[in-house]
Amino acid sequence: MDLKDKLVSSFLAFENSVDVHHPVHDIRSEAIRNFELKGFPTKKEEAWKYTSLNSLQKIDFSIFPKEENELEYRDVKKYFLHEIDTYKIVFIDGIYSSYLSETTHDGVDICLMSAALTKPMYKPVLDVYFNKVASRDESLTTLNTAFSREGAYIYIPKHKAPKKPVEILHFSTGNEASLLLQPRNLIVVEENAELQVIERHQSLTANEVLTNSVTEIFAAESAIVDYYKVQNNIESASLIDNTYISQKDKSVVKVHTFSFGGKLTRNNLNFYQNGEHVDSTMKGVTILGAKQHVDHHTLVHHRQPNCESHQDYKGIYGENSTGVFNGKIVVDKIAQKTDAFQQNNNILISDKATINSKPQLEIFADDVKCSHGCTIGQLDEEALFYLQTRGIPKREASALLMYAFANNVLESVRIPELKKRINKLIANKLGVRLGFEL
Amino acid sequence: MAYTEEELKKELETKEYEYGFYTDIESDTFPKGLSEEIVIAISKKKEEPEWMTQWRLESFRYWKEMVEPEWANIKYKKPDFQDISYYSAPNKKPKYNSLDEVDPELLETFKKLGISLDEQKKLAGVAVDIVMDSVSVTTTFKKTLAEKGIIFCSISEAIKEHPELVKKYIGSVVPQKDNFYAALNSAVFSDGSFCYIPKGVRCPMELSTYFRINQAGTGQFERTLVIADKGSYVSYLEGCTAPSRDENQLHAAVVELIALDDAEIKYSTVQNWFPGDKEGKGGVYNFVTKRGICEKNAKISWTQVETGSAITWKYPSCILKGDNSIGEFYSIAVTNNHQQADTGTKMVHLGKNTRSTIISKGISAGKSQNSYRGLVQVNSRAENARNFSQCDSLLMGNECGAHTFPYIEAKNKTAQIEHEATTSKIGEDQIFYCNQRGIDTEKAIALIVNGFSREVLNKLPMEFAVEAQKLLEISLEGSVG
Repeated sequence: MDLKDKLVSSFLAFENSVDVHHPVHDIRSEAIRNFELKGFPTKKEEAWKYTSLNSLQKIDFSIFPKEENELEYRDVKKYFLHEIDTYKIVFIDGIYSSYLSETTHDGVDICLMSAALTKPMYKPVLDVYFNKVASRDESLTTLNTAFSREGAYIYIPKHKAPKKPVEILHFSTGNEASLLLQPRNLIVVEENAELQVIERHQSLTANEVLTNSVTEIFAAESAIVDYYKVQNNIESASLIDNTYISQKDKSVVKVHTFSFGGKLTRNNLNFYQNGEHVDSTMKGVTILGAKQHVDHHTLVHHRQPNCESHQDYKGIYGENSTGVFNGKIVVDKIAQKTDAFQQNNNILISDKATINSKPQLEIFADDVKCSHGCTIGQLDEEALFYLQTRGIPKREASALLMYAFANNVLESVRIPELKKRINKLIANKLGVRLGFEL
Repeated sequence: MAYTEEELKKELETKEYEYGFYTDIESDTFPKGLSEEIVIAISKKKEEPEWMTQWRLESFRYWKEMVEPEWANIKYKKPDFQDISYYSAPNKKPKYNSLDEVDPELLETFKKLGISLDEQKKLAGVAVDIVMDSVSVTTTFKKTLAEKGIIFCSISEAIKEHPELVKKYIGSVVPQKDNFYAALNSAVFSDGSFCYIPKGVRCPMELSTYFRINQAGTGQFERTLVIADKGSYVSYLEGCTAPSRDENQLHAAVVELIALDDAEIKYSTVQNWFPGDKEGKGGVYNFVTKRGICEKNAKISWTQVETGSAITWKYPSCILKGDNSIGEFYSIAVTNNHQQADTGTKMVHLGKNTRSTIISKGISAGKSQNSYRGLVQVNSRAENARNFSQCDSLLMGNECGAHTFPYIEAKNKTAQIEHEATTSKIGEDQIFYCNQRGIDTEKAIALIVNGFSREVLNKLPMEFAVEAQKLLEISLEGSVG
C-alpha cells in the first residue's frame, strides 16, 4: 500500500481518537477529501520541479506513535537554548511532554493545540483563526490539516508581550522504525503585542522521520513577531515546513530560517499582507554537505498599499548537496507604493553540488519598487590570498569569508544567545575552530 | 503644447494599427484541417524529395502525440488546429526575374510598409528575401552573395538544390519533437529562409527577410535555417508586419542557427504583427521556437524588438556547446492594450569558459501582461561559465502586469552567475524635470523609454535601429506616466 492510501485509510482510525462534533472536524474532513483528490505533489508540478518526494513515499511510515516516550533533560539539554530562560513546548514522537515543557496561562496562552481543540474557552479563537490562512488545496497542507490534533498554541492578547521567548521542540526517539509527524501550530498575536519563537526538530537516532508541519501565524495591527527556525537535524530526518502568515496594518513579522541539516528540507513560507504599512522579512542561511537537499519556497503576496517586504537568502553548498530557492513576489493591483526586495546569493564549493534558483516577480501595480537579485559564485580569490598573506590558513580564511557572507542574515537575529548558538553551528558545519568570537 | 494625461491615454487607445491593410491577391489555399494527406500534399506541392516528405510525416506523428503547452503566463482561446489552412501561396508564379514582373498589388503592399524593393536595393545594400504568405517571391542580391559562395535562398529551394546541407542540419538544433509548436512546424512548414556562409567568409551585407501574414485564416509556418561555417560571420535581419484581421492568426515558426567553430551569427528581429484592436480582438498568435548552437569559440547574438502580436511565446536560446563560446540575448518587449507576451531566453552552458549575457527590457502599458521567462543552466562540465542577466520592467498605467520567471540552475562550482531584475514606473519627477525644460509629457515619455531601452537598441544594426525606435514610439508614446 502506498503512503497516500495508507494515510487516507488511517483517517478513519484517527476519527476515533478526536471529537468529531467539533467544528474543526469539518475542516479536517474537507481537507482529507482534498488530499485524496490531489495526492502527493510530483516533479511535474511547477512548485515541485526541483524536489522529489518519491523516495520518501516508499518508506512505510508509522502514522500514530504507539507509546509515550520520556527523555531525560540532561540528554537533550544541548538542543535547548539553555543559556536563557524560555517557555518550552516539547513533543516527543509527536506527543506532548509535560515533564520537559514549561507553558503558561499568565496573561498570555502558551500551551497545546490539543488543549485548545478540546476546551470550550478556546473555541472563539479557533473559530476565527484555525485554517484561515493555511492553503486549502496545497496537498501537504491539507494532509496536515486532516490530521491536525497536536502542536503549539500561542495566543498573545492586546498590548502583551511574554517575558521570555518560546521554544517549540520536536524530538523523535527512533522507537519506531520510521515515523511521520504532523504538528500543527497556531499563533495569534493581537494588536500591539509581541512574540519571539524558536522552532527546532531533532531526531535522536538514525531511524527515518518525516515531519510535515503547518504553522499559522496571525499578526494583528502593530504586532511584532520574530520566528526562528533552526534546522540542524541528522541525515535521516526530513522536514516539510509549511508556514502561513497573515499580517494586519503596521505589523512586523520576521522569519529566519537556518538550514544546516536534514536529508530533505522543504520550507514553504507564505506571507499575506492584509493591511497597510506592513513589514515582512524573511531571511535564511543554508549550509549543506553530503547528499542533503534544501528547498526554500517563499511567497510574499502584497495585497494592500504601502507595504514592504525584504528577503535575503544565502546558501553555501558542498559535497553532493542540492539547494533550491524559489521566491515569488506577487503585487496586487491595489498594492501601490509597494517596496519589495529579494536577494539570493549562493556559493558552490563542490563540483557535485547543485543550485537551482528561481526568483519570481508578478506585478500588477505600477507605482512600485520591486527588485530581485540572484548570484551564484565562488569565494573571492584575492580576498582569500590576502588573508593567507596575513598568516590565516586557507581553510580558516575561507570559513571566515563564508561567515562574512552569511553575516547579513545573522545581524537581524534579536536574541543574542541564539545568535551565538547559530555562529557555533556555522563554525561546526564549516569544520573550523576560529580563535575568536564573531 | 501640453497634453493632459487623459488625452494622451485616449489618443494612445485610439491609435489604430498603422500598418493594418489587406492586399487582395488570389491565393492558392489548401482546405482547412490537418492530416497525413495534407502533410503529403504540402510536400508534393513544394516538389520535395522523398526524405523530406518522410521527415514531415515523422514530425506530424510526434505532433499528434503531444499536447499544447500550458505553462506560459498567457491566457488565450486555443486555436483549433483543424480550422486552419496549412498552405497558402501567392498565386502568380513562377518566380520573377525583375521587379516589373511582380504583381503590382504586391509591390503596393510593400510600398505601404516602407520596404519598396527598388529603394531597398539601391539604398541599404540589403539583400531582401521577401516571404509573402509562405512562398518566397523574390530574392535580390543573390549574385553578389553567390560570388562569395554564400547561399541565401528560400528553404524550399535549398531542399532541392542543397539537400546535403539541409539534411544534415535541419532539426539538429530544434528536434522535431522538441515542443508542440516545433513539431507542428516541422510537419507543415510552408517556406522560410536558408542561409549558408562558407568557411572564413564574412558576409558583406546584412541579410534580411520580411515576413508578411496575408491570406485570411491561414497559419504561417516559417522555417529558417542559418549555417555559419568555420570562421564566418553573418548578420541576419528579420522584420514583420501584418494586416489587421478579426480572427486570430496562428504563427508557429522555427529558427535554427548553427555557428560552427569560430563563427559568429547576429540575428536581429523586429516584430510588429497585428496586436489586436484596443478591445483585444484579433491579433496574431506568435508561438516561435528559436534556438542556436555554438561550437568552439563561436558566438550567437539574438536581438529582438517585440511590439506586436496578441500573444507572444518566444524564447530565442543558445546552446553553448563548444569551449569559449558566447551567447547573447538583447530584448525589448512592449505590450499595450490587451497584448500578452511571455518571452525570454535559455542559455545552456555545456562547454568550458562559456559566457552569456541577457539584457531584457519589458515595457507594459494598457491592460497588457508582459513576462520574462529565462533559463540559465550551467552543466557540471562547464568550467568557468559566466552569466550576467538583467531584466528590467517598466509599468505604465495601473492595469498592466509585469512578471519575471528566471530559472537558474548551476551544477559547477566555478560558475559565476548574476541575475538582477527591477520593476518600476516612470518617475513623476523625471517627467516633471523634462516638462520644466520645455519637453512635453509625450516627448518626455518617449525620451525616457528610449533611454530605458537604449542598451538593446544599440545592439541593432543601423537599418533596424531606426525602425525599432519608430515602433517603440508608435506603441507607446503618450502612455500614461
